[in-house]
Amino acid sequence: MKRSIRHLAGRAAACTLLLGLAAMEVASSTALAQDQPGRRRRTTQEVKPLELTPEQVARLTKVANDRKLNLDDLLAATKTYMPSGRHDEYVLFSSGGQSGQVFAIGVPSMRLLRSIAVFTPESWQGYGFAGENDPIHKQLEINGKPVLWGDTHHPALSETGGEYDGQFLFIGDKANARVAVIDLRDWETKQIVKNPLTVSDHGAAFVTPNTDYVIEGGQYATVLGYGYAPPEEYKKSYRGMVTLWKFDRAKGRFDVNNSFAMELPPYWQDLADAGKGPSDGFFFINSFNAEMASGGVEKGNPPFEAGVSKRDMDYLHIVDWKKAEAAFKAGKAKKINGFPVLMLETSVAEGLLYFAPEPKSPHGVDVSPNGQFMVVAGKLDPHVTVYSIDRIKKAIANKTYSGHDDYGVPILDFDAVKEAQVELGLGPLHTQFDNKGYAYTSLFLDSAVARWTLGGEYAGKNPDQPWKLVTKTSVQYNIGHLCAAEGDTVSPDGNYLISMSKWSVDRFLPTGPLLPQNFQLLDIVEPGTTMPVLYDSPIGVGEPHYCQMIKADKLKTWTVYPEVGWNPHEQRLDPRSPTKGSEGVTREGSRVLVNMTAIRSHFTPEHVEIMEGDTVTWRIVAMETTQDATHGFCIGGYNINLSLEPGEFTEFTFTADRAGTYPFYCTEFCSALHLEMMGYLHVKPRQGAQASPEGGVQAASAEK
Amino acid sequence: MAGFIHSLLGPRVPTEELARRRARYLTPTLILMAARVLLLLSVFLPYWHMELEAPQYPKGLYLTAYVNYLAGDVKEIDGLNHYIGMRPLHQAASFERSVAVWAIVAMFLLVEGAAFVHSKWAVLLALPAVSFPAGFLLDLKFWMTSFGQNLDPSAPLSASVKPFTPTVLGEGGIGQFRTYAELGNGFYLAIGCALLTIVGFYFHRRAYKPLADAMRGATPALGGV
Repeated sequence: MKRSIRHLAGRAAACTLLLGLAAMEVASSTALAQDQPGRRRRTTQEVKPLELTPEQVARLTKVANDRKLNLDDLLAATKTYMPSGRHDEYVLFSSGGQSGQVFAIGVPSMRLLRSIAVFTPESWQGYGFAGENDPIHKQLEINGKPVLWGDTHHPALSETGGEYDGQFLFIGDKANARVAVIDLRDWETKQIVKNPLTVSDHGAAFVTPNTDYVIEGGQYATVLGYGYAPPEEYKKSYRGMVTLWKFDRAKGRFDVNNSFAMELPPYWQDLADAGKGPSDGFFFINSFNAEMASGGVEKGNPPFEAGVSKRDMDYLHIVDWKKAEAAFKAGKAKKINGFPVLMLETSVAEGLLYFAPEPKSPHGVDVSPNGQFMVVAGKLDPHVTVYSIDRIKKAIANKTYSGHDDYGVPILDFDAVKEAQVELGLGPLHTQFDNKGYAYTSLFLDSAVARWTLGGEYAGKNPDQPWKLVTKTSVQYNIGHLCAAEGDTVSPDGNYLISMSKWSVDRFLPTGPLLPQNFQLLDIVEPGTTMPVLYDSPIGVGEPHYCQMIKADKLKTWTVYPEVGWNPHEQRLDPRSPTKGSEGVTREGSRVLVNMTAIRSHFTPEHVEIMEGDTVTWRIVAMETTQDATHGFCIGGYNINLSLEPGEFTEFTFTADRAGTYPFYCTEFCSALHLEMMGYLHVKPRQGAQASPEGGVQAASAEK
Repeated sequence: MAGFIHSLLGPRVPTEELARRRARYLTPTLILMAARVLLLLSVFLPYWHMELEAPQYPKGLYLTAYVNYLAGDVKEIDGLNHYIGMRPLHQAASFERSVAVWAIVAMFLLVEGAAFVHSKWAVLLALPAVSFPAGFLLDLKFWMTSFGQNLDPSAPLSASVKPFTPTVLGEGGIGQFRTYAELGNGFYLAIGCALLTIVGFYFHRRAYKPLADAMRGATPALGGV
């Protein structure tokens, strides 16, 4: 008995010792855990309500006085300043004009976040520098020739139910009549379509409320399908057009085979906007050459600028696109240059197209958030003219026409379709909306933003009388487009408005004879006559046209590519991507295949030995999975530079037509050993080629 | 032979005794059952965490050790470790991780067995489960020391980062990183299992020792049971 107790006690003591050890560890770690429970929580710095002491007020006042700032300046700074690390509330996607790019800018800070290459090769993004047969170059070709720039005009965010959904961005190239698709998961251009009918356009891109179609309206009439006719045959042979690009959301690409166009009279169609709510199924385009002036100042004819502006009225085009789609699907389109076009006589016979008179050489047509009103800005007329969809539908049903144009298109009676006209000032161009029943119109000549009130169901949403000018704020200078937060959707936010001022003149330090544009941020929170300018932001890259402002939290952006080996062109894992262990150089005749991986801070292989004259296909993948661990890859002298974002796979091809030793290196400062992240491409001269057996396989360089 | 097995298994409880004092005999069984459940659950929970903090990683890097695998930013941490010449993490404790689940199942079965063995030898069956948490920590310490002390001298940063002993629990530092290591819930469950097993054995001996003493009295030839 005693023995057994002693045994038991001994074992218990041993157990207790072990347990004690463990308990000590637990105790120490519990103490730690109280400070950092589980994953250490990074406390976002709590912002306590600010109460300035007299000393702090004095400090603030001194800084303000030293910098000659008044109270409005201090308030404007406070409304726009972003402390380090804090994110903007909105993202502005702006046309980059002749740069062929898109700019993404944070609002209210107006900080440039990045550019997105679209129609122009851009080396930082490795866009168009992937050797011969670069798919981006292929996409930029027109009639077999590279066209390496674009004049980006109107970005259009994809919509669901008339709301921005943050998935895709479309943008038109006015100079070459192209439309691009940008995927907002990785902010890269995925597709560019060239309009087969027209040389240049203007009314792109505008989306229907569920992004079924992206509208590309033309501008300068030509002979459709790249045809020829002398200017004397303008009326007979020149035509305008609008194209409806069918968008396949699942593929993130235009479905070209289900896209179609409509022939239009040569009236120089301008901007477009799709109806929504009660006007869903229609879209609207204005025009400014109902005169069909064909110019020729050198022959003693009135110049375009006068001839095009002679008449008091042009035509608002009212297109029933759902009926047009049905007519296209019923096979009523004719092929021009291989592309289906609903001809004017079909549009007239099927009731697809109506005109409403609009004064005079107007610019934008913008549909109100509730879809009830179409606002046409006069440009050469000091009014905005407002049409209502109810009146338009009634006039169409009752055939309330004031006549037909030369091509047989019915012209709706102006007084029957007009809801209101509001006199705003000189040079009204474009209109946006807020959440308080106000509309905002840019006034180019007055160099101002006009705030005015909508009527109908918007009456009473603000203290002002309907259909009245409320106030104007001067902007610097010559405003073109303007953009309110989500201001062309079914539910605008108000809050902020951007004035895209074309001239900056004296606003910034002189930059030579070429000056930046000026994006100005206006505060439109308060109703009534308060609408101050908060900030001037110089845009020194191209001349932007339109922009759209989306709530930042709607964007579901990837931080890295979903998998290592991702092909961004195809948005999928690419089976051709090299993997760790599969690196190396293989040869088949004079064709060489390089499989390369890149990871901080080395390429594998580091030596690539080939023969002069070889055709090299080079596959490279960034093995990184960490946010912002981006590599670049360039070969000097061969015009190759890639951006290898985490997980990205790229293939490029080139002909090694010059012997020599070429360092390749990482062009993005990736790590402390970035400079060491390099290797050599050895191109052996031809005579040396005989020494190496054809068809042999060169061993892969071992890692490190 | 049968007698020996009988003595190892210890005394069976007479039916009338069981009916009279059910709670006395049920208590150790239930407590040991709870201990086994905790141990089994611990397989699914992390045993150990480390967070690494550096200026260029505002969200931090995380390493989480389960008994049978490593999770978290292993790839990135390996990527960084190659600069200082540390071996890839998957090479650490690979044998232990490969057998961990079976070892825990074995410990589970042993503790299960202990509930049915009424002799004092039952303690031996429970010993692995009781000492497991300490074993885990010692093993972790061994591997971390081994990894920290055996850096590749030809690594790029070998001049600025010398061999070191990583901190197994609490705050440490290496290069521009601060490290914060702590035990995970899986480990606490294993501790819970160990504690419950000990408590269970207190009740186990309280219930069965008098029976064993009585049995020993009846069969003195076997003695010592």
